[in-house]
Amino acid sequence: MAEQERRDNILLEVRGLKKYFPIQRGLLRRTVGYVRAVDDVSLYVREGETLGLVGESGCGKTTTGRCIIRLYEPTAGQIHFKTTALSPNGDPQMVDLLSLDKERMKTVRREMAMIFQDPINSLNPRMTVFDIIAEPMEIHGMGRGPEVEETVVRLLEHVGLRPEHMLRYPHEFSGGQRQRIGIARALALNPRLVICDEPVSALDVSIQAQTLNLLLDLQKDFGLSYIFIAHDLSVVQHVSDRVAVMYVGKVVEVADVEHLYSRPLHPYTEALLSAVPKPDPLYKSERILMQGDVADPANPPSGCYFHPRCRYAQPICEREAPEFRELEPDHWVACHRAGELHLKGV
Amino acid sequence: MSEPLVEVKNLKVRFDVREGIIKAVDGATFTVHYGQTLGVIGESGCGKSVTARAILNMVPKPGKVVGGEILYHRRRPSENGSEVTEIVNILDLDPDGEEIRQIRGGEIAMIFQEPMSSLTPVYTAGAHITEAVTLHRLLPIRKVGDQMAETIQAHRRVSKQEAKEIAIEMLRRVGIPNPRERVDAYPHQLSGGQRQRVMIAIALSCQPDMLIADEPTTALDVSIEAQILDLMRELQEETNMAIMFITHNLGVVAEMAQEIVVMYLGNIVERASVVDIFYNPKHPYTRALLESIPRFGKGRRQRLTSIKGMVPDPFHLPSGCLFHPRCPHFMPGKCDRIEPKWTQVGDNHWVRCLLYEKE
Ligand SMILES: Nc1ncnc2c1ncn2[C@@H]1O[C@H](COP(=O)(O)OP(=O)(O)OP(=O)(O)O)[C@@H](O)[C@H]1O
Ligand SMILES: Nc1ncnc2c1ncn2[C@@H]1O[C@H](COP(=O)(O)OP(=O)(O)OP(=O)(O)O)[C@@H](O)[C@H]1O
Ligand SMILES: [Mg+2]
Ligand SMILES: [Mg+2]
Repeated sequence: MAEQERRDNILLEVRGLKKYFPIQRGLLRRTVGYVRAVDDVSLYVREGETLGLVGESGCGKTTTGRCIIRLYEPTAGQIHFKTTALSPNGDPQMVDLLSLDKERMKTVRREMAMIFQDPINSLNPRMTVFDIIAEPMEIHGMGRGPEVEETVVRLLEHVGLRPEHMLRYPHEFSGGQRQRIGIARALALNPRLVICDEPVSALDVSIQAQTLNLLLDLQKDFGLSYIFIAHDLSVVQHVSDRVAVMYVGKVVEVADVEHLYSRPLHPYTEALLSAVPKPDPLYKSERILMQGDVADPANPPSGCYFHPRCRYAQPICEREAPEFRELEPDHWVACHRAGELHLKGV
Repeated sequence: MSEPLVEVKNLKVRFDVREGIIKAVDGATFTVHYGQTLGVIGESGCGKSVTARAILNMVPKPGKVVGGEILYHRRRPSENGSEVTEIVNILDLDPDGEEIRQIRGGEIAMIFQEPMSSLTPVYTAGAHITEAVTLHRLLPIRKVGDQMAETIQAHRRVSKQEAKEIAIEMLRRVGIPNPRERVDAYPHQLSGGQRQRVMIAIALSCQPDMLIADEPTTALDVSIEAQILDLMRELQEETNMAIMFITHNLGVVAEMAQEIVVMYLGNIVERASVVDIFYNPKHPYTRALLESIPRFGKGRRQRLTSIKGMVPDPFHLPSGCLFHPRCPHFMPGKCDRIEPKWTQVGDNHWVRCLLYEKE
C-alpha cells in the first residue's frame, strides 16, 4: 500500500502515549513514585479495521483504552482522531483529542464508544436496562420518545436479549447477559471507533460466536473500527486485521495478524502463543514457561523490560532498551535479537 | 474413582420474579470427588453459578432452593486424633449460622465470576471483611493485604504476622509483581486481572478441601492463566483438593477437568469423561458448543457457527426436551412431547436425549 493511502485511511493515531499513576504514601500523601501503566505507546487504527490488543494482565491495555476516549487524562502523548462531528457538513477532519476543550470533546466523544471490561462501572444497578441503553442517546440529545424505544428494542435484539426484558434491572441477568447490555449501550450512538475491552470473555461460546458475528457484521455495515482487547488469542486472531502485543506499558510487537501468529518476532509473543489452552484434552502442551516474576510497572527492569524472563536474553538486553523498529513491512518489533531468532508461531 | 466430597442430588432452585417463576436449576445431579476436577460448561444463564452458590447455601435473593440435597462428606479430626467423615446436607444448615460460615471460605472456597460481584451491594466502612471477602468483594477502603490476612486468620490458626506472610507468598504465586509492596495497595489501584488474582489468592490460601472456581481466569491473559491453572493443580496434588471448575473456555476445561457436565437451561444434559466430551460428544447441544469456538487457523473473519435461535424465555419453557426448538436433530412428535431420561451411552457416559433412548 502506498504511504499516502496508508495515511489517508487512518482513523486513530496514538503517539507516545503515557499514563503514570502517582504512588502516594503517608499522612501527607506524598508522591513516592509512579506506576507507569502506559509508557510510550504508539499505534494506529485504519478505518474499518480491527486492531487486536493483547498482553499480560496489568500491562496497560485498559488504561490505554481509557486514555484514548479521555476517561483518563494522559500524562503525555498525542491522540489524533479523524472526526466528522466537528464540521457542519460532516467533513472528516484530523484533530488531536488532547487539545480539545470540554464541549468539543463531548461532541467528538459521540463517535467513540467503549465496551467495558468490568460491567460494575458501566451498568448502574438502579437503572433499568432500557434507561441504561437510552442514556447515551439522551445525553447527546439524539432521538425522542418512540424513536429511542425503537432503537433500544433493535439493539437488544441485535445482541440477543429479549426486548420484553428492558424494564428489568441488571442484577436480574446472568453475567453473560449483563455483558451484552453493555455492548448494546456502546452501540447506541452509532460510533465509528469502538474500544472493546474483553467484550466476549464473560460470554459462553455460543453467545460469543453470535457476538463476534455481530461485531463483524456491524463493522461491515457501518464501517466501524475496533480496538479489540482480549486475552483469548484464538478470538483475537478471528476478528483482527492487525495485532499489537503489549508488555509492561509498552507495545513490543505489532503486525498483520497472519504474520504475528505464524512468525512472531518477539520472544514474549512466542511465549504467549505457546500458552493458549487448546480445546483438546489429549493435546500435550508445549508451553514456554516464563521464569521469574512479572515485571512491576512501578519499578521496571533495566534495558528491555522482558529480559529477566526471556530465554534468549543476552547482556545487551539488560543494558539497553531495544528500539521499536519496522523489521519487515508493517511488522514492528522492539527486541535486540529480532530477526536472528527463529521463533515458533501457531 | 476417589471418594466423593460433595454429592448434589436433584437440586432445584427457583427465582420468583414479577413475571413469574424462573427454574434456574431444575434437577441437577452430580458428584465432586476428592482430588478430582469436575468441569461445568453450558450456555450463559443455564444455572452454573446458581448451582455453585447453592453448594455454599447462598443462593442470591429472590432465589430459593425448592428441592434436592447437597451432601457434603465433611472430614474432621475425631477425638482420638484420626479423621472421621460425617455427612452433612448443606441445605439443612442455617444459611447465616456458625457452621456454614466455617465451611464457606475455609473448607469450601469459591472464586466468583467477576460480573457476579456486581450483584452484591457495595459494602460500607463498617462491613465485616471476612464476610465480604467470602462473598467476593474487596472493600474499597481497606488495603488488600489486610483484607487477605484477616480472611486467612478466620480460617487458619496463624498469627497476624504469619497470615500476612501467607498472603504475600500467595500473591507471588498468582503472579502479582512485587507482592511485598502490593499488599499495601487499595483495590482500585489494581487492574481487573490483578483484583481477580487477589481473590484467587485468598481462596487458595485458606487451604480448602474443595474449590469452586466460577470463571476464575476470564479476566487473565493466557500466560498468567496458565500459571494459575498450574498452581491449582499443584495444590490439588499437595492437599487432595477437589475442584469444581465452571468456564466458557473449552480450552481451559479440556486441560483441567477429568469429568465434565454440560448444562442447558437448568438441566444437566450430558455427563462424561473429558475425553469422551471432546472426542465423542453425544448430545446435539454439546456438539453445537464444540463447533462454535474459533480455533487457530480456522477461517479468519468467517462466520462462526452459533446455535440457532435464542435461549427460550424462562417463563415459557418448551415442552418435551428443552433443547428441541434449536436442535438440528429435532424429531417432530417425539422431542416436543417426551421429556428425555438419562441414558447410558458408554462407560461413565450419560446423556439425556431421545436419539439414544431405546423404545
Ligand atoms: N487508578 C489507578 N491507580 C493506580 N494504578 C493503577 C490505576 N489503574 C490501573 N493501575 C495500574 O496500572 C497498570 C495497568 O492497568 P490496566 O488496568 O490498564 O491493565 P490491563 O492491561 O487492562 O490489565 P487486565 O488484563 O488485568 O485488565 C496496573 O499495574 C495497575 O495496577
Ligand atoms: N438475582 C436473580 N434474580 C432473578 N433471576 C436470577 C438471579 N440470579 C440469576 N437469575 C437467573 O437464574 C438463571 C441462572 O443464572 P446463573 O447466574 O446461574 O447463570 P450462569 O450459567 O452462571 O450464566 P453465565 O455463564 O452467564 O454466568 C438465569 O436465567 C438468571 O436470569
Ligand atoms: Mg483491563
Ligand atoms: Mg455464571
